[in-house]
Amino acid sequence: MTAPDTLLEVEGLSVSFGDTEVVRNLSFHVSRGECVAIVGESGSGKSVTARSLLGLAGRGSRVTSSTLSVAGRDLTAASERDWRRIRGSQIGLVLQDALVSLDPLRPIGREIGDVLRLHSPLSAENARSRVLELLASVGMPNPERAITQRSGELSGGLRQRALIASAIALDPPLLIADEPTTALDVSIQARILDLLADVKSRGTGILLISHDLAVVSAIADRVLVMKGGRIVESGNTQELLALPREEYTRRLISAVPTDKPRRVPLVPDAMPVPAPTVHSTQDAMAPVVLEARGLTKSFPSPSSPFLAVDDVSFTLRRGETLGLVGESGSGKTTVARLVLALAPADGGAVLLEGGAFSELRERDRRPLRRKVGAIYQDSLSSFDPRADVRRILTDASELAPKADRHSVGELLDAVGLSPAVAKARPLHLSGGQRQRVSIARALAARPDVIVCDEPVSALDVTIQAQVLDLLDRLQAERGLSYLFISHDLGVIRHMSDRVAVMKNGRIVETGDAARVFDHPQHPYTAQLVADAPRLVDAL
Amino acid sequence: MTPGSAGSRPAQRSRGFRGIRWLLVRLGGAIFVLWAVATLTFFAIRLIPGDPAEAVLGGPGSQASQETLDQVRQDYGLDLPLAVQYLNALGRLLTGDLGTSYALKVPVSDLLGAQIGGTLVLAFTALCVAWLIALLLSVWSTGGGRVAAAVGQGIELTSAALPHFWLATVLIAIFSSTLGWLPPVSTATPAGLVLPTLTLAIPLAGFLAQVMRETLLDTLDAPFIVSARARGESERGIRLRHALRHASLPAISLSGWALGYLISGAVVVETIFARPGLGRTLLQAVTLRDVPIVTGVVLLVALVYIIMTVVTDAASRLADPRLRNAEAQP
Repeated sequence: MTAPDTLLEVEGLSVSFGDTEVVRNLSFHVSRGECVAIVGESGSGKSVTARSLLGLAGRGSRVTSSTLSVAGRDLTAASERDWRRIRGSQIGLVLQDALVSLDPLRPIGREIGDVLRLHSPLSAENARSRVLELLASVGMPNPERAITQRSGELSGGLRQRALIASAIALDPPLLIADEPTTALDVSIQARILDLLADVKSRGTGILLISHDLAVVSAIADRVLVMKGGRIVESGNTQELLALPREEYTRRLISAVPTDKPRRVPLVPDAMPVPAPTVHSTQDAMAPVVLEARGLTKSFPSPSSPFLAVDDVSFTLRRGETLGLVGESGSGKTTVARLVLALAPADGGAVLLEGGAFSELRERDRRPLRRKVGAIYQDSLSSFDPRADVRRILTDASELAPKADRHSVGELLDAVGLSPAVAKARPLHLSGGQRQRVSIARALAARPDVIVCDEPVSALDVTIQAQVLDLLDRLQAERGLSYLFISHDLGVIRHMSDRVAVMKNGRIVETGDAARVFDHPQHPYTAQLVADAPRLVDAL
Repeated sequence: MTPGSAGSRPAQRSRGFRGIRWLLVRLGGAIFVLWAVATLTFFAIRLIPGDPAEAVLGGPGSQASQETLDQVRQDYGLDLPLAVQYLNALGRLLTGDLGTSYALKVPVSDLLGAQIGGTLVLAFTALCVAWLIALLLSVWSTGGGRVAAAVGQGIELTSAALPHFWLATVLIAIFSSTLGWLPPVSTATPAGLVLPTLTLAIPLAGFLAQVMRETLLDTLDAPFIVSARARGESERGIRLRHALRHASLPAISLSGWALGYLISGAVVVETIFARPGLGRTLLQAVTLRDVPIVTGVVLLVALVYIIMTVVTDAASRLADPRLRNAEAQP
């Protein structure tokens, strides 16, 4: 029954922790040179599935299966000793973010060399040359130097390459990649996916785990959609994307923002975003609420000062979204901090409603601060951990003019949370709920402008879709202006009226969102557009 | 592409420069601390009731005549204004002269030189033994399931709470009086070092093990441990190659403090085991109001403490390359 090139065969795999079954009766297979993707939201059991294939489901887990074989070896009754022989030699594992997935205290040469030391009789000298070879094969620019560096000394893309090198060191027939590109910029993500496709073309079977259908559609041959520990739908990637049978799959597909026009909801069957009531976003006559003029900021560094923001100017009109897009380190967040007057600019100024803002003394600026709200990527660390949601929102709404204050109930309702959330502490909320609370907090002070700094980058695509829809709706209802910062071009394009593309601290291209992305003038913009993960490629 | 890949030479040079600057800052701090300690001790000791001149002549019971006392005051400069006495003392310290013991009439530096060896041997042995116990205990308690964790935690808490004088008495009662394995008085033999070392090491090991166990547990949950397991690394390899190094970082920075703790503990332990050393010297000097010795011991302990802090800082930087790199960033 099993085809000769089947690499991984799983029948009836169940995993439970105590009385809770997190993976239920899973069956699938992966063949040589094939990439199979498991897609689902956080908590759907996809990572546990991946780890149980390595015998690493974790302490307190019970794993049962009727068939579990890798490269013809039966593993249903494997002992810890058997597993250790399989791991690394037969199955390689690539995790998210090599900053923490490679030991930060050890040079990466040692980390990669460990696989060789554990499974092969290579001498130290031969192992070293093999490690250099591996690093070169994953596209590390300077392997001789890289083997002495630690994960913290490498850029995100390079350390992820090193992590992949350690997983494929012994050329295992099966590679499991668990969210391998989730923490990366789009352009680096595209390169890492190219690298995985390259590994696949050499005959390695890949099991790819992700919450983002767009990412997997680039290289997966088949997709398994997982929800609540079960596979709810599976099939050939292109067929599944073209003709999803399950409502859940449709939600995952719909959540991908790339190429979704502005104001089209990302959550299927949601109410359409109402037409803007205050000002039309196309209205060039809408008043300018925020203006940045020639902002410059540099940081001291051992050699010469590092120019993080270099002569950045833009305007933001009422009811409009200006998208600020660029890779990490391009200066986007520094711009956000300057706009919020959280850091002093070396040169230039931020004007609020035509008046001075960044140049005011802090005491004079304080009454104006409420007009510029902020939403951050890591909302949890922006909350006082001891305060409950009611405290957080009450504190924030006291900044609003007395006559114009929201109640906590109104705020929760505005962001689609139930009143019961008021009693909860942020730590006990889900990522999506936290980000909604953070939006409610920004709304509480009755701002005109909200600076959104990577507001959805830490969220699953389906949650991201809900939050983006919410931001869209609030903007239309309240005439808010957004300075929307993201590295994800798909998100920026879906959310922005106008965009500014940042690279090395400078704005290299700016203009109407549709114009910039359909006809990019700067080669960097063109590169960003090409690297954005999209579903249409697969169709 | 990688930070610092272009022009790595200047980067190397500036790293060396940063190292030297780091050392100079530490050195300046050390001199300041020594000055502050000397000043504090000088004035604090004036607060002890009693006449120093009487102490020179053998204490209040000496029945010395007024002329003799005056003569002593003049010889030791005790009749001068306090500010002058202070400056004189500082001046002598600068030349490395710690003065002469009132009671024993020998230079303090000779006395301390003869005593410090024993105390340092005791303190360092205790530190090493404490590290060893803490390592074994934390590895065992984090690797052996729920029972081991509970037992380990209990041992840590209990031993950290044990007072030295009680522990010393119990150890003597068991190993000397009952079993007769070890001498109750610390002799110069290695066997004589065992009980004092254990007395000092056991409570410290409790502290260190608590810190290590916590970091060890955090580390064992880290993604890079999953990566290492997925390579086929054994449980022992995981601990030896990865987790223990992370777990030792906070314990290394604690060791500077620990040595200070051990030296003050030595006062009690050296007295109980009748072991010659700084601690016993200090205790006797305080009883006899022998000001120069007290000042000398306090300064010496401060110096050891400062050196130890610099050493542990350097050791932390060595064990954790991130500390060195962190300083390079804005």
